[in-house]
Amino acid sequence: MGDFSIERGAADIARAVTAGSVSAADVVEAILSRVDAVDDAVGAYLTPLHDLARRTAANVDARIRTGERLPLAGVPLAVKDNMCLTGTRTTAGSKILEHWVAPYTATAVARLLHAGCVPIGKANLDEFAMGSSCENSALGVTRNPYDLVRVPGGSSGGSAAAVAALEATIALGSDTGGSIREPAAFCNLVGFKPTYGRVSRYGLIAFASSLDQIGPLTRSVEDAALTYDAMAGFDTMDATSVDREVEPSATALREDLRGLRIGLVRQFDTKLLGPEVDAAYRKAYDDLAACGAEIVEVSLPTADYGLATYYLIAPAECSSNLSRFDGVRYGLRVEAKDVQAMYEETRAAGFGPEVKRRILIGTHALSSGFYDAYYVRAQKARTLIARDFDKAFAGCDLIACPAASSPAFAFNAKSDPYSMYMMDYYTIPMSLAGLPALSVPCGWVTPPGGSVPMPLGLQLCAPQFAEPLLLGAAHAYERTTGHATQHSARVEAVSP
Amino acid sequence: MQSDSIDVRYVARLARIALTDEEVDRFSEQLGDLLHHVDALSELDTNIVAATAQVVESRNVTRSDERRPSLDRETVLEQAPRRQGNFFRVPRIIAE
Amino acid sequence: MNWEAVIGIECHVELKTQTKMFCGCPNEFGAEPNTNVCPVCLGMPGALPVPNRVAIEHMVRAGLAFGAEIPAFSKFDRKNYFYPDMPKDYQISQFDMPLTSGGEVKYWLDDGTMKSCRLTRIHLEEDTGKSSHAGSGDGRIAGSEYSLVDFNRAGVPLMECVSEPEIRSSQDAVAYLTSLRETLLQLDVSDVKMEEGSLRCDANVSIRPVGATELGTKTEIKNMNSFRSVQRAIDSEIRRQIETVEAGGRVVQETRGWDEARGETHSMRSKEEAHDYRYFPDPDLVPMELQGDDIERLRAGLAELPWQRFERLTGEYGLNVKQAGQLIDNARLAEYFDRVVTASRNPQQSTNFVLGDLSRLANESGVAVADSKASPDDIAELIAMVEAKTINSKIAKTLVERMWKGDGSPKAIVEREGLSQTSDPAAVETFVDDVLAANPNIVAEYRAGKTNVAGFLVGQIMKASRGKVDPALVNTVLKRKLE
Ligand SMILES: [Mg+2]
Ligand SMILES: [Zn+2]
Repeated sequence: MGDFSIERGAADIARAVTAGSVSAADVVEAILSRVDAVDDAVGAYLTPLHDLARRTAANVDARIRTGERLPLAGVPLAVKDNMCLTGTRTTAGSKILEHWVAPYTATAVARLLHAGCVPIGKANLDEFAMGSSCENSALGVTRNPYDLVRVPGGSSGGSAAAVAALEATIALGSDTGGSIREPAAFCNLVGFKPTYGRVSRYGLIAFASSLDQIGPLTRSVEDAALTYDAMAGFDTMDATSVDREVEPSATALREDLRGLRIGLVRQFDTKLLGPEVDAAYRKAYDDLAACGAEIVEVSLPTADYGLATYYLIAPAECSSNLSRFDGVRYGLRVEAKDVQAMYEETRAAGFGPEVKRRILIGTHALSSGFYDAYYVRAQKARTLIARDFDKAFAGCDLIACPAASSPAFAFNAKSDPYSMYMMDYYTIPMSLAGLPALSVPCGWVTPPGGSVPMPLGLQLCAPQFAEPLLLGAAHAYERTTGHATQHSARVEAVSP
Repeated sequence: MQSDSIDVRYVARLARIALTDEEVDRFSEQLGDLLHHVDALSELDTNIVAATAQVVESRNVTRSDERRPSLDRETVLEQAPRRQGNFFRVPRIIAE
Repeated sequence: MNWEAVIGIECHVELKTQTKMFCGCPNEFGAEPNTNVCPVCLGMPGALPVPNRVAIEHMVRAGLAFGAEIPAFSKFDRKNYFYPDMPKDYQISQFDMPLTSGGEVKYWLDDGTMKSCRLTRIHLEEDTGKSSHAGSGDGRIAGSEYSLVDFNRAGVPLMECVSEPEIRSSQDAVAYLTSLRETLLQLDVSDVKMEEGSLRCDANVSIRPVGATELGTKTEIKNMNSFRSVQRAIDSEIRRQIETVEAGGRVVQETRGWDEARGETHSMRSKEEAHDYRYFPDPDLVPMELQGDDIERLRAGLAELPWQRFERLTGEYGLNVKQAGQLIDNARLAEYFDRVVTASRNPQQSTNFVLGDLSRLANESGVAVADSKASPDDIAELIAMVEAKTINSKIAKTLVERMWKGDGSPKAIVEREGLSQTSDPAAVETFVDDVLAANPNIVAEYRAGKTNVAGFLVGQIMKASRGKVDPALVNTVLKRKLE
């Protein structure tokens, strides 16, 4: 194996593999031995894919030799396990799919493989992407590489942990109410949720169809932009994917924020952050100004209603989306005397408590007598929230706020569901409005009772389809603050 | 709106999830609590507001009537929890 | 007491497309079980539906044919309920904003009267898979031990068409279904074959005293697999309800199955607590906003509809119901007929030749009239010659057979063989004179008063002329000569 440093970024790796200075096979061997060394401690992967990774790497090297240009040549990829990959076990972190092997590949995954990525493994997640800590996975525990007694965030916790622990260079996550941005913040990564409809959902196991969106988790904004550019765009297999040209983002990266107005939301409650974290974010806003941005205050009167709106719409959609797990065609079945009993026993045994809670509340919100009071009212509130963002963006180019309500917390710290839901207080409104938003590392705090400093994430949000502007600005912030680059020093926490 | 009251047994029946009495109690409490929080929405004036089912404005996204390859039957049936010959087998259907 | 039946018909019609409603699997009948399936129509994790453009156009054309409105905005909704042959455990359907709204089915009865029945709704949805039930002996679900599911049919585009309860008899119900089927066939949007399940219908039946305005309790009749069984089932259910009520009982709202063999309906299940389907807009699909010009393009593509043809044939052309029926059942024959009428401007004679001689020859030879060697123009030419008395009907019949064989146009045959009929008195007189000269004693008998022998002489004259002389002319000339 060549002396390949597993900390190198995607852009760097693709250049090197394309130039032939390192082979995809060498890159992948280095990453796989890292996985073998640390994944017992981290638990990022539910299903490592050593054989497939080696076969794919050999194939990438062959394609390079034939002169093919691959924007992500040899880049090691972690795939959240709610995305289908032909011939691999795809579980959504649930007992009900524990042994299901996908017979087809998700469009987003297929596009990254076409671009030269090498799949290293299927990453852990909260069951059916429902959670903010990865603790809801029925199939494994994933730990935060920066402090193994803490959660990696969720639901894309395995994806975040894999990239943070250098068990992959980039990862795919899915974000419904914050499931990419929050774990990215917990693991000192860039986590990017594109505009709803920008990346095909075909092959993404649905949680809430009108909110789900696939996006990258990476160690740099540049890598996020490269990954996004390689998978964004209309897909004939997804009627909700948007048929609109994608302007490349990787070429739109900028070095400062001069000429940009960045809005801070007046109505967001900052008390739940606590003084120390709140201070860290104020420092981050100052840094934005220091990069040349004009900081303005904007108003989102309905922002506070995001959580309530989300916890009606998302469960309503999930209650219907998860009906198909019925023990008839695939997945778990608990045999019973008749088909109704088979359904009830199968779903009782196959789903965990959080999934059951959301199916039940969603079924309630859609049931006769409650539909208008809950589901329809939530959809109307969603309209108001989207309108507020439109108005706000008349006064600014980007909105800045926290990516999570706290840094990574310890396991079992959030026992009652609602306190867990509150983690997504700052990310849910953007999801409801379908806006592109990302989390970029913005500093460190040592949580109460904690032994080491934990990362914080700054959320930046742009109008629909303004991905180049959003990624460009995040890149400028990342370059001038350098928080992301403190990565290598810390990650030794899980070195063998 | 019918504040923080939810008939968990009825809803679980609709959703085809068997619950223990203990679960019924726990979920009734937790979901009642959540419903209490979402009741905040009644503060919003949504009378003249249109409902948003989707944030994308696309319309008429359709496909042409052209065949695409189907799946190989064995690939499909070998993952069936129970198969009989070339069919999926299910327990007695009680006309409900 | 006199009772009146109140009947509504609910049809499910599989649309005729290459592929299913939301995926690229073949939409075909009778394939090997579970071969026409993919992640989408098996409801696999992560699969998404994308609507079939042709199925949507079929719906719009059907709607226009039934005189329905095509709303500017339409959407798909999810109907949530668990059933083993429904892969996603919800059906993609249309709830409050279907592709078409309103409309009516115009239909005709055997006595030629036209009726119409308004439609409650027509909407587009996806079909389910097929379950076969084992262990009950008769293949029925009741008493079965387990079921086997084939998903080939799952996701096939399905048009649901619900009528208002405006039908009053089993005959009208069948007439309604006939017109519905003929229309969909003519639009070529479905095969509408009950035996293959591409047309499935249920009937809602209730009774009430004649003159009453409120509806009685209705039952829903299922498992009717032919128009004939629809008629029998409705009749037997009406009878059962009347007997029940007159015996002092009351009709219970329930679903009843038609038993073809026993010729009666049997209770399947009494109406369970109303379903809670939790309809909501399908977030995997975007709304449809059909543009006016697209709709007009589809409207312009509509040909004459069966009920319109029926009115034209029976009204304008004076055909009887049976004849009109023959032409509605057979579009190509109808087109042939129309060309003959246009060329001959004689519907009466066109009917005689097309539905008479030509149809007989078609049956004998197994060759369709439209494919025969006798062209519509030839038949029109023949009709003109009959009108001009150039030939008589007897010769016309033989000519039709000759044309069928391909001997050419009637004029050509007649000229070639000098078959044209002479109306020239001089020519006739020579024939008459010859015959009188050859039969002096017959002439004597006539003059002696046995006038009935004239018939024999006429026969001789016709024979001598090989049927070419006008019989009427012969009579007058003969009389003159004999007096
Ligand atoms: Mg239906
Ligand atoms: Zn299919």
